[in-house]
Amino acid sequence: MLVITDLLKRFASPEAGGESVEIVRVPAFSLEAGAHAALRGESGSGKTTFLNLIAGILAADEGKIVIDGDDMVALGESARDRIRAARIGYIFQTFNLLQGYTVLENVILGMSFGPGGVDRARARAVLERVGLGHRLDHFPRQLSTGQQQRVAVARALANRPRLVLADEPTGNLDRAHGRDALALIREACREAGAALLLVSHDPEVLKQFDHVRDFADLNRPRVRTEAGTVRS
Amino acid sequence: MTLPLIVYRSLRQHALSTLVTAGSIALATGLLMVVWMVKVQSQKAFLETSTGFDAVLGARGSKLQLVLNSIFHLEASAGNLSAADYAQIKRHPAVKSAIPLALGDNYLGYRIVGTVEELFTQVDYSPGRKHAIQPGGRLFAGSAREAVAGSFVAKKLGLKVGDTFRPYHGLVFDPATQHEEVYTITGVLAPTSTPADKVLWIPLAGIQTMQGHDPKAATDVSAVLIQLRAPTAGFMLDLMYNRQGNRLTFAYPVAAIIADLFGKIGWFDRVLALVAYLVALVAAGSVLSSIYASMSARRRDLAILRALGARRRTVFGAVVAEAAVIGLIGAAAGFAVYLGLLAAVAGVIRAQTGVAIDVFAGHAVLWIGPAGMVALCALGGIVPAIKAYRVPVAETLAPTS
Repeated sequence: MLVITDLLKRFASPEAGGESVEIVRVPAFSLEAGAHAALRGESGSGKTTFLNLIAGILAADEGKIVIDGDDMVALGESARDRIRAARIGYIFQTFNLLQGYTVLENVILGMSFGPGGVDRARARAVLERVGLGHRLDHFPRQLSTGQQQRVAVARALANRPRLVLADEPTGNLDRAHGRDALALIREACREAGAALLLVSHDPEVLKQFDHVRDFADLNRPRVRTEAGTVRS
Repeated sequence: MTLPLIVYRSLRQHALSTLVTAGSIALATGLLMVVWMVKVQSQKAFLETSTGFDAVLGARGSKLQLVLNSIFHLEASAGNLSAADYAQIKRHPAVKSAIPLALGDNYLGYRIVGTVEELFTQVDYSPGRKHAIQPGGRLFAGSAREAVAGSFVAKKLGLKVGDTFRPYHGLVFDPATQHEEVYTITGVLAPTSTPADKVLWIPLAGIQTMQGHDPKAATDVSAVLIQLRAPTAGFMLDLMYNRQGNRLTFAYPVAAIIADLFGKIGWFDRVLALVAYLVALVAAGSVLSSIYASMSARRRDLAILRALGARRRTVFGAVVAEAAVIGLIGAAAGFAVYLGLLAAVAGVIRAQTGVAIDVFAGHAVLWIGPAGMVALCALGGIVPAIKAYRVPVAETLAPTS
C-alpha cells in the first residue's frame, strides 16, 4: 500500500552557506497493507523528515510516494492534506495533543478533516479501546504521560487509517509504559487492519518487530565534499 | 462542527483577551449606535414637537429664540407684546386659535407659564391628542391662584393635588427672589412627551399680576401660540409682521425654524459621527492586535491541526471566524451599552427640553452598525489569519531527527 521510489528531499542549509543539502534520498521502500515495519535510526538521521514526507506534511523534491495508488509527490498541498486526513494516522514522539481541548475533542479533531467527518460514537469507542473511556472530558494536562500517549494513539486510529506512522512513540515514556504503549499501538493497528511504520532508536522497541531496517541503509543522501565531488 | 469547536476552544483559551476585546467592540458599537440614534431621534422629536401650533408671535427678535422660548420653554424671552397686539392676532380671520403665554417666574428652576384654559381644552398637542388631567385633579380656574403641573415636573418635585408652592422671580432659580403668592396644585397633566411636561402652568393673569412684576405690563403677554386656518395664511402674516412691520416677530413655520437649527449644528453631528467611526476602527484594530499577539502562542495548535489534515484555508477561516465571533459578541453586548447610554442621554434631553426620545425605536443603523462592526472585525482577523495560513507544520511541531 506504500511504495516509495527515488525519493529526494533537500533543505537550504545555513551551514552550507544557504546551499541546498540532501537530507533524504531513499531509492526504494515499500510496505504491504496491514504490515508492521520498524526503522532504526539515530537522532538527526532524517527519520522524522522521512515520515513527514510520507504524511505529506513536507513536499518532496523528487521521486514517488504512492499510497494506495496516489502519488503524494505529484499532488498539491491541499490534496496531500486530504489524503493525510483520510488515510494516515500520525503518532508523534511528543504526542502533540491540543492542550485546550478535551480528550474526546482531540480524538474528534483527528476525524474532522477526513471524508467520513465526525463520528462521536466512534471517537468514544476508540477511547474506550485504549482504556480512557472514563477520561473523555479531561484535558491532556490532567492526564499522565502514558495516558496522553494513549490519547495520541486513539486520535491516530479514530479515522480508520490505512497507514499509521509512529515517530519514536515511546521516546517520552518509561520502559514499562513504553512497552504497554507499543503493544497497544500494534494491537490497535492489527485490529484496524492498518499498516504500521514506526521509527525508533530504542532496541527494546525494535526487537518487538520482525521486520526492522536501518534507516542509514535506506537513506543515502549525497554529500558535497570540500573537493566538490559528490559521494553517497 | 469542526470550525465552531476550534473557534470556541480558541476563545476559551484566550478568554481574558477575548473579553477585553469584545468589551471594546461593545463600547464602539454602542457609541456608534447612540450617536446615530440621538441625532435621528432628537431631530425627529424636535421637529415633531410643534405642540400643535403653526406659528408663534412675539417681540421683535430671533425667530429661533422665539420658538425655543415659547414652544420648548428654553432660552430667555425677547420681550413682551401688548394686549392690543394679542387681541389683533386673535381676531385675524386667518387665525384659528391664539393662545397667549406669559413667562417670568420659576419654581425651583422649573418654569411657571401663565396661559389660558383653551390651551388644554381646545388644542391638540399632537394630531388627535389633547392634554388631559390625571385622575383626581382638575384644570386651574380663571384667575385663581391655582396651578397644573406638567407630569415631569410633578414627578421630579413630588408635587400632587393639594400641594402649594410660592413662585420665584425670573427664569433661573434664585432663593432670594421668592414671591409672596401661594399657588395650589389642582391637577397634574398626563404625560405628553412634549416640553409641556416640564412646566408649571398657571392662569395668564397669575404671571401678569404677580407681586413685583411691572404693573405697566400687567396686560402684556410674552408670546402667542398660533394655529392657522390654512398654511398659506402663514406667509401672509409673515409678510405683515416681519417685512412690513418692525415691532413684532412672526415665527413660521415652527418645524422649518427647528430644522434650520439642526442644519446649523450639523457640523457637530458630523464630528460625533467621525469620532464614532474612529472608535469603531480602533476597536477593529484591537481585534487584529489581540489575535495577532496570540499567534505565537497558538502556532503549535495550528500546526497540529494542519498535521491532522486541516487545510491551510481551514485554519485561515478559523482565525477569521474567531475575529468575527469576537465582533459578534461585542456587537451583541453593544446593544446593552447602546440602551444604557441612550437612556442616559434621553434622560438628559428630557430633563433639559421635555422632549422624549424613544429609546426602543427601530432604525436601520441598529443592524447596519453591528453588522458593519462584525465585518470590520472579520477584516481585522485577516492579518493574523494570513500568519496562521503560513505556519510551517513540520518546523513547528518537532525537531527533525
